[in-house]
Amino acid sequence: MITVEFPRREVLRPDGTLVGPMPNLGPEQLRDLYRTMVTARVFDQRALNLQRQGRIGTFAPAAGQEAAQVGAVFAMHRDEWLFPTYRSHPAMLAHGVPLERLFLYPLAHPQGGVPPEGVAVYSIAISIAAHLPHATGAAWASRLRGERKGFVALFGDGATSEGDFHEALNFAGVFKAPVVFLCENNGWAISVPREHQTAAETIAQKAVAYGLPGEVVDGNDALAVYQAVDEALERAREGGGPTLIEAQTYRLGPHTTADDPTRYRSPELLSEAERKDPILRLRLLLEGRDLWSEPDEQALREEAAQAVKDAYERAQATPAMTLEDLAAHVYAEEPPYLRREMEGLA
Amino acid sequence: MARLTMIQAINQALAQAMEADERVMVMGEDVGRNGGVFRATDTLFDRFGPDRAVDTPLAEGGIVGTAVGLAVYGMRPVVEIQFMGFTYQAFSQLVAQAARVRYRSLGRYTCPMVLRAPYGGGVKALELHSETLEARALHTPGLKFVTPSTPHDAKGLILAAIEDPDPVIVAEPLRLYRSHRDEVPEERYTVPIGKARLVREGTDVTLIAWGSQVPTAVAAADLAAEAGIRVEVIDLRTIVPMDQDAIIASVEKTHRAVILQEAPVMGGVGSEVAALISERAILSLEAPPVRVGGYDMPFPPASLEEEYLPTPERVKAAIDRVCRF
Repeated sequence: MITVEFPRREVLRPDGTLVGPMPNLGPEQLRDLYRTMVTARVFDQRALNLQRQGRIGTFAPAAGQEAAQVGAVFAMHRDEWLFPTYRSHPAMLAHGVPLERLFLYPLAHPQGGVPPEGVAVYSIAISIAAHLPHATGAAWASRLRGERKGFVALFGDGATSEGDFHEALNFAGVFKAPVVFLCENNGWAISVPREHQTAAETIAQKAVAYGLPGEVVDGNDALAVYQAVDEALERAREGGGPTLIEAQTYRLGPHTTADDPTRYRSPELLSEAERKDPILRLRLLLEGRDLWSEPDEQALREEAAQAVKDAYERAQATPAMTLEDLAAHVYAEEPPYLRREMEGLA
Repeated sequence: MARLTMIQAINQALAQAMEADERVMVMGEDVGRNGGVFRATDTLFDRFGPDRAVDTPLAEGGIVGTAVGLAVYGMRPVVEIQFMGFTYQAFSQLVAQAARVRYRSLGRYTCPMVLRAPYGGGVKALELHSETLEARALHTPGLKFVTPSTPHDAKGLILAAIEDPDPVIVAEPLRLYRSHRDEVPEERYTVPIGKARLVREGTDVTLIAWGSQVPTAVAAADLAAEAGIRVEVIDLRTIVPMDQDAIIASVEKTHRAVILQEAPVMGGVGSEVAALISERAILSLEAPPVRVGGYDMPFPPASLEEEYLPTPERVKAAIDRVCRF
């Protein structure tokens, strides 16, 4: 058997010390990165609680994956498109989707699927990996139009078993589409562990078969993810084509609010993962450099809690939409028979 | 005006669309250097280059899936799937993605792509090369579906599909690609999506057909004429959104309807047309609408396709049934 060595990129250890040189992020960017990750976590916990109280619908928590997502988005330009999944609210928040809009999705409001104008985020495609060919196509179009942009597509380890994953990476390689495929390998596809998705030792090594660069990074290390995505995006912008990055992280919560992970995951596994929490190690780094203090932390937590609370209230107050409103968006022009059906005439 | 075959008319439409709009690109298996296995994209590679006449890897899901992304990001991809039956491998991307881009984003994103594919039997092909799949599109809100029966309509419908802001499937009857020539205007023109064509006026029976079955319908109408039955033949041209008013207006005049399709009858477009007629024109009817189509079995091996496909005689028998009811 041919084995391929994929060294894991690590920059920040769980104890907050650096493995290698600091990436090109200044003090204010580091604090911003931390603030965004914490805000995403606060949103996540609040949404989970609201679902338990029956106040929002099904929700897919992202706790534990903030470094992989926010770290990646910090390497993106604002006009570069992000292709999210239903577990991408930290990344969407970092790329400019307001908290209030993030609440509309689990509130089942039709506008939950609509990123605001000017925010370069694609709609959530739901079917696993189905958005990956779209990312390839959009990035390919960007190249054809002569732009110098790099796009980022997020997906999980389970998605790498889908045919769409294969076709998206294969096409991206052939057409030099400027897209970074960022796999958040969080260990689980609902209840099925990563070892059952593929016999391959790493997901990153799949890149070899498509003729792409591939890399494993510590997905709980925001600085390593930032650095890897930054390099891959720069290569993409310069015409170097796509990259596959496997960010090894961990899903701390359930798959969704409809899932009970105690049925398939031991408490020991979870507590081990919690020790590697991506937020904790970034705080340790900041504190070690006198960029963060306990009062800063308290202020941030209060601010985030208030922002999330306000966002939920605004989301709830968003005017409801009707089926007639939706009927206007099946096609550019509403077919006459649809109107007849809704008026009870057909 | 030149007399062109359908495949020549399609080629001309694609070339004119690419000349007029640099966002238009054709993509698919063998559509580039080879000019398409049926020559639909002949010379486009030489004229517009490899970025606009694109040979893709052999993966229908990937072709349609990347076309969705291209369309969302401002291109006008015209996908060729080599045979309609191969769209099964792109079904998820068509039905669960292309059809819903506009809806799930409330119009923030749109998917103006075209999927062209030859369809239908009658050319002695291998399994899955003779499928007729309009019913799948009919049951997929968000997709449009057109099918020409003449070279003139093929050119005009393709140009309309490329201009359309939503995903459109253009189903091209394979056996009509080179079966006859038609006067096809040289200039760019469109045939409106959603409008049926009156092929022949009549007073006794309305015969509704589309795509590959229009010549069969005309032959059946000729047989009926010999027996003194004046058949009105309607070519639907568009399956989604269907020209319901044209169907109803004709049936209200003739009081009888036969619906002819190549696909298996059960759950097909013909069933929808029959239901429509029953709901909106029951008091005009002198007889129940009758459907003629493929039998409810997968398309047979080529040695048996002549027995499977509707014939003018089978259609004539249905015309007789509604006249004698």
